[in-house]
Amino acid sequence: MRTYWLTMLAMAVSGASLAAEIKMDDQSQLTQKAAKGAGENFFQPPQEKDLPANAYGELVQHGRAIFVDTQKYAAEYVGNGMNCTNCHLDQGRKANSAPLWGAYPMYPAYRKKNDKVNSYAERIQGCFQFSMNGKPPAADSHVINALTAYSYWLSTGAPTGQELPGRAYPEVPQPKGGFDIAKGKQIYAEQCAVCHSDNGQGQQAGGAYVFPPLWGKDSFNWGAGMHRINTAAAFIKESMPLGKGGSLSDEDAWHVAAYMNSHERPQDPRLVEGSVEKTRVRYHANDGVNLYGQEVDGVVLGQGIK
Amino acid sequence: MKLTHWPLAGVAALLLTMQAQAADGQKIYAQGGANPAAMACGTCHGADAMGMAAAGFPRLAGISAGYTRKQLEDFRSGARSNPVMQPIAAGLSDEEMDAVAAMLEARPAPVFASIGRAEKAEGVGPRLALRGAWERNIPECVACHGPAGIGVGESFPPLAGQSTQYLSAQLNAWRQGTRKNDPNDLMGHIARAMTDDEVQAVAEYFAGLEHKGGSQ
Repeated sequence: MRTYWLTMLAMAVSGASLAAEIKMDDQSQLTQKAAKGAGENFFQPPQEKDLPANAYGELVQHGRAIFVDTQKYAAEYVGNGMNCTNCHLDQGRKANSAPLWGAYPMYPAYRKKNDKVNSYAERIQGCFQFSMNGKPPAADSHVINALTAYSYWLSTGAPTGQELPGRAYPEVPQPKGGFDIAKGKQIYAEQCAVCHSDNGQGQQAGGAYVFPPLWGKDSFNWGAGMHRINTAAAFIKESMPLGKGGSLSDEDAWHVAAYMNSHERPQDPRLVEGSVEKTRVRYHANDGVNLYGQEVDGVVLGQGIK
Repeated sequence: MKLTHWPLAGVAALLLTMQAQAADGQKIYAQGGANPAAMACGTCHGADAMGMAAAGFPRLAGISAGYTRKQLEDFRSGARSNPVMQPIAAGLSDEEMDAVAAMLEARPAPVFASIGRAEKAEGVGPRLALRGAWERNIPECVACHGPAGIGVGESFPPLAGQSTQYLSAQLNAWRQGTRKNDPNDLMGHIARAMTDDEVQAVAEYFAGLEHKGGSQ
């Protein structure tokens, strides 16, 4: 464990001097300052039963279908076993689970990643490229139109350009002694394997994934926000095991997130000149806590897997 | 161990193998185990292992052997409480449990159309099944039990093709704490968050799904 921290410390130092070159993938690296006041409720998205029975209502329902069963309804753009709702629980409605009503009203937004003001369509394209390890649908495609309509509908009445409470995964403080992959492995076996299987491969039924793969070729790639241990720890603490969110300690959430993200997964599509090291320096050195390009158990992670 | 003991060990291993082979799942199911307390499964679960809805005896055909094996063990230990099954399970040997569980997994299960979260959901039962009630941390039933509740792996049994009586009895057993053999209380904490009406409605929903073809 000590070696990880030394490496990370070294990287933090070198990262500072290279700051101008680093273009972060800032997806879901959300600011956390929007806290909910006591007695204040989270934003409430509209109810499905109140959807109008017209063309708009139908487009919204298409978007919802794509969101909860991306495997089926946007198959040509998906390269792994994930669905949008695996990370955005309750169909993208749940506070503290990166809900769509917390994201949509923040666009257009400037992103360092491509150094321009991005549309919401471009943001969703990023999800397909990284979290879904697939191909970005065209900005004027039905998939983007429908997902945008669904997000727009969920945001009905939400203020634009304001960071709403509950828009992110609430940050979890790092364990004082650092994370421990061996402890994470044990927690995984006790709490996670029943659904996600012994080797993180998830489980299928009726020919489709029911429990998403957490690493390996059918999982999110090295460019997805979830590859950051801090992001994964925040997600896990809030939402895992499914329906029992908040039951793991902060430390255990970090340990098990580190265990998950110490495994190989599909390559970062931004791979720089075929070099893991160059990709690490450019995209990962300053991107939260992650193990891309780092040595774990004698193997450098970030080789990618197909 | 002296070399002369090896042939004996070999004979013992052979005997064990023969005993394992002797446990005939089909025979146990139809006629009962070697111990008379282990009564024939088919008497209550039906010759076709499709269960008896009115009495609340569940379908066993096509269910993962790992799941059935664990339930039998849990009846034996009392982790899953049931006055009928407890003495039967206690009368079955490990080999007999293995054999009958494997036989049941191989039996043809009813086939259901895939119904997932993308489908419309109107009414209490369909909404719980396909949308959940996340304000109470109740996930969609299909999130763990698979599309149409067809069951996933060894730990998430099928809901489709089980009767309203069986499904509601199990949910109520979890609510009352008489069934607590699920991994990490994953089902128990959900059942305890459900109301009487929800238990009935969601049980009716899965019992009412129509199967296409299959064994019946």
